[in-house]
Amino acid sequence: MKAVNQVAAADTLSGPRVAFNVERIREDFPVLKQRVHGKPLVYLDSAATSQKPKVVIDTVTQYYLAENSNIHRGIHFLSEQATRAFEDSRAKVARFLNASTAQEIVFVRGATEGINLVAQSFGRMRVKAGDEIIISAMEHHSNIVPWQILCQETGAVLRVVPINDRGEFLVDEYAKLLSPKTRLVSVVHVSNALGTINPVKRIVEMAHSRGVPVLIDGAQAAPHLTVDVGELDCDFYVFSSHKLFGPTGVGVVYGKAHHLEAMPPYQGGGDMILSVTFEKTLYNVIPFKFEAGTPHIAGVIGLGAAIDYLDGVGLDRIAAYESGLLAYATEAVSAVPGVRLIGTAKEKASIVTFVLEGVHAHDIGTILDQEGIAIRTGHHCAQPVLQRFGVPATARASLAFYNTRGEIDALVRGIRKVTELFG
Amino acid sequence: MSDLRELYQEVILDHNRRPRNFQKLDGANRTAEGYNPLCGDQLTVYLRLEDGVIKGISFQGSGCAISKASASMMTASLKGKSKADAEALFETFHKMVTADLSVTFDPLEVGKLAAFSGVREFPVRVKCATLPWHTLHAALEEKGQIVSTE
Repeated sequence: MKAVNQVAAADTLSGPRVAFNVERIREDFPVLKQRVHGKPLVYLDSAATSQKPKVVIDTVTQYYLAENSNIHRGIHFLSEQATRAFEDSRAKVARFLNASTAQEIVFVRGATEGINLVAQSFGRMRVKAGDEIIISAMEHHSNIVPWQILCQETGAVLRVVPINDRGEFLVDEYAKLLSPKTRLVSVVHVSNALGTINPVKRIVEMAHSRGVPVLIDGAQAAPHLTVDVGELDCDFYVFSSHKLFGPTGVGVVYGKAHHLEAMPPYQGGGDMILSVTFEKTLYNVIPFKFEAGTPHIAGVIGLGAAIDYLDGVGLDRIAAYESGLLAYATEAVSAVPGVRLIGTAKEKASIVTFVLEGVHAHDIGTILDQEGIAIRTGHHCAQPVLQRFGVPATARASLAFYNTRGEIDALVRGIRKVTELFG
Repeated sequence: MSDLRELYQEVILDHNRRPRNFQKLDGANRTAEGYNPLCGDQLTVYLRLEDGVIKGISFQGSGCAISKASASMMTASLKGKSKADAEALFETFHKMVTADLSVTFDPLEVGKLAAFSGVREFPVRVKCATLPWHTLHAALEEKGQIVSTE
């Protein structure tokens, strides 16, 4: 291992600011203290959903204990308070993504709904028969199926940018696919199945040089990297609260204001209107035009608390710590005889996906579970990626900043146990 | 480890390593496909059914040790059995892998399939063990559709 990795892989990381102490971080996550099957829980499934710091749990509890009320309509004290907390969260998300205004932040149920919103509203407005939509070969099903539905509805064609054997996006192939027919590009920032960090700034630039708008699926990126939509200049960016240490059931769509203004509503109902008669309805301004019905108020406020918490820890320090941990995990796991890593991109975040010779991933998952180790096995909602690598299923350990080298050691012991059992 | 040994008994590991009847069946007159979307298990069951008797049976596909061994041992135990016997054994097998831990089984009734009684302690793996049987059922019934565990 290179010296630089050894330094970064240490559980205590000194930086320009306060030292990063993973044991202190773990104190903030009550769920991590438990035992599973008699063993200390080793949670390596944060890419599926992250654990929640106590401050997020407390914020949601406090909302229901003392602040519960509907937003944007009540004249009473509680409603005003809830509305303020909800809109404060919107401002926090805008700052978190470096959006130019909070109006560009739409709350939905998750990244999946966010992509569906863009496909159904922006996509339908923009795409017609014969047009092309470009995605990549490493997309999650949530960034494939909404576009397939749109293609079926409009007669547009889906184009797929291939990846290489390391699981890297092939920029040259992308350049060839971009054409006057291209109406939209939608690409994942960090692959959930491979961990690859895509060159999204470049991807956006290349599309924009042809006047093509770009959506970035940031579900796996937001918890690990500093995301700056201003710098990326992407047209849309989506992520899920529950992968960002916030509550489930909340997602975010960032959209450039002029796009959101031009787009038709996604769903109709209360809160998205200015006035309704049976003859004509006037829609509300952005972002409310896209937020029909009572939203997940507690969840949105909880997301705000999660962002405050991350600000306190510092995403730059999180990224530095995780990159050391990833290097440690990559080396340790790949050293086990019979292990083959799937996804070995140069630029990677937080994910170690592997197969073990002669053992199906599902069996690995069960055996590790008996050791208290939680990983994801299967196709990770990215079946085309597995087809690309010719494997029916993989095992995925995904890391967060509350994981330790000790937990990686436990994972490696667990994998060795699998090998022993299957002989 | 003791729980794991209950699940991964030697006979299961053996059938996983060297699955029996693991090929396409020449002269098959019934086939069905089974799929477990949760973990990506996929298998095809081939049957040659003559006068209500299973004259030939085989399978192909990919899956975890539990599903592969289950398919292998299913094919080994059904050759020459009547359709009714096969359905009855499926019912017994299904009861065995889903029953309460206190329930014991007559070894004569389940035979070698008793190796799968440990699956009861791993509820998420029940689908793996039963997928081949559900697929067999579809082939016997000539349902002509893909069986899914979801």
